[in-house]
Amino acid sequence: MIKNDVYRNKFLNRHPKKIISKSIVTIIMFIAGIMMLLPFIWMLSTSFKIQADVYKFPIEWIPKRWNFNNYKEVWLNQNPPFYVYYLNSIKITIICVVGELLTSSLAGYGFARLDFKGRDKIFLLYLGTMMIPFQVLMVPRFMLFRWLGIYNTHWALILPGLFTTLGVFLLRQFFMTIPFELSESAKIDGASELRTYWQIILPLAKPALASLAILSFVWRWNDYEGPLIFLTNRKLYTIPLGLTNFIDEMGGQQDTLIMAASVSALLPILIVFFIGQNYFIEGITAGSIKG
Amino acid sequence: MIIQNKELKKNITGYLFIAPNLIGFMVLTFIPVLFSLVVSFTEWNLFTGTENIRFVGLKNYLYMFSDVWFIDSLKNNLMYTVVTISLALSISLFIAIILNDKVYGRNIIRAMFFMPYISNIVAISAIWLALYNPNYGPLNQFLMSIGIDNPPQWLASSKWALPAIMIMSIWGGLGYNVVVYLAGLKGIPKELYEAADIDGANSWHKLRHVTIPMLSPTIFFLLITGIISSFQVFGQINIMTQGGPARATTVIAYYIYLSGFRYYKMGYAAAMAWFLFIGIFIVTLIQWRGQKKWVNYI
Repeated sequence: MIKNDVYRNKFLNRHPKKIISKSIVTIIMFIAGIMMLLPFIWMLSTSFKIQADVYKFPIEWIPKRWNFNNYKEVWLNQNPPFYVYYLNSIKITIICVVGELLTSSLAGYGFARLDFKGRDKIFLLYLGTMMIPFQVLMVPRFMLFRWLGIYNTHWALILPGLFTTLGVFLLRQFFMTIPFELSESAKIDGASELRTYWQIILPLAKPALASLAILSFVWRWNDYEGPLIFLTNRKLYTIPLGLTNFIDEMGGQQDTLIMAASVSALLPILIVFFIGQNYFIEGITAGSIKG
Repeated sequence: MIIQNKELKKNITGYLFIAPNLIGFMVLTFIPVLFSLVVSFTEWNLFTGTENIRFVGLKNYLYMFSDVWFIDSLKNNLMYTVVTISLALSISLFIAIILNDKVYGRNIIRAMFFMPYISNIVAISAIWLALYNPNYGPLNQFLMSIGIDNPPQWLASSKWALPAIMIMSIWGGLGYNVVVYLAGLKGIPKELYEAADIDGANSWHKLRHVTIPMLSPTIFFLLITGIISSFQVFGQINIMTQGGPARATTVIAYYIYLSGFRYYKMGYAAAMAWFLFIGIFIVTLIQWRGQKKWVNYI
């Protein structure tokens, strides 16, 4: 009887009626997805318009008068031009991602696979600070960076990016799942701990490393509060802060330029996301499933 | 002797592995956290230098509750948290359930919902600033074209500014919730639904008695992380409204920033940050206790 019902359900799934209803739902959800994207589509189309056409109604989703000058204006003719922000963002993001992967994987390996005095207490300390909001750290870090003489330099953004507790936590969780026999047999073969980490465990952890890398890329690229507090020199600004400059200076008058700058700011992150979508989603859901 | 040496070597190896991160953690996080607690009991204007630091005991903490800016920030933030979290969690649950097995091309649609979440807050704020423009923004032009003659003034009105920010934030966070829900839904065994089918359960029963209980750890996770991040909402406020008009959109993180880095009252800013931290901590603790009643771990 039960078997029969299960069979019937399976059969029903392929039934034309099912296919039709699934198609209808797909179309509805696709339209909902487009609605979600409307602000972005508006941004894209505005970035190719002349200012006079921006607020025409009904909205010209495809510009009637194309204007490619906005991008040239934004990228080259501003002070400082947009590419300066780009180079700053790229530099900081790359250093942070590589550095974070290195320090977190070393520490994650230590916490997950080595036995030493005080290990669990230190890890608990790490976990305890994960809930601390950035607002608590703003004032003391500001003072620390001024004291160290790195306030208003890129170091003020790079240093905190190198040592994250979340990175350690994510990688530790993954390293715990790799069979311990692997390390033991490596040790019997005479491999040092560093060698085991580098040549055996790290290659196995590639998916977790990729997840952390892409997460950390998105955090650094989008970071707004850090640069806002620690940078005052415009030439050092990263993309989000450079964009606020544009909004402040041109707000309400040159939306076409603001939107061209916004498109430029979003493009790299979208490309990275579409290439590594699965790793990214793996990363942000890793914490939730364990509960 | 040999055993002791081995033990020592083990400890040294362990500490060498965690050292790079641990040193950074101590210098950039742990010591600053303690330091900010000390600062929170002082009165310190950034530009008067360290000589002029004065201990004032609990004064900063007591002053908060007579400071209208702080009180309004707290009220607005509570409103923001309750509305955005409840709406975002329920709308995204609905979307996730549909995406889970009732559509073709799930990953493409999922990516469409997710896009706002990975976009930086400045670009998003720039777009919505234009959309919300009360006079000729696309949103109000649309509302007028469908017959609403006096559409809201959005960010220019003290009544509509906070709802406007909330709408944008819900839109922005929806995709993250959907993605996490979908991961949770994947873990629910199909047999449970088949069994419910056999018992003649309708869709509502299945949602109420299978999906939601099985998803409760995920809901709990989203609730906690959602509340924590909603008490730190900052970017859109600083860019779009600066807390205005008339304090209608000021929130805690924004007022902390304002006090510390615009008015240079470092002690007061640190005290409010600690208040925020303690608040987050208590909320998490209460939920952690309460979860036993409704969260269903298999």
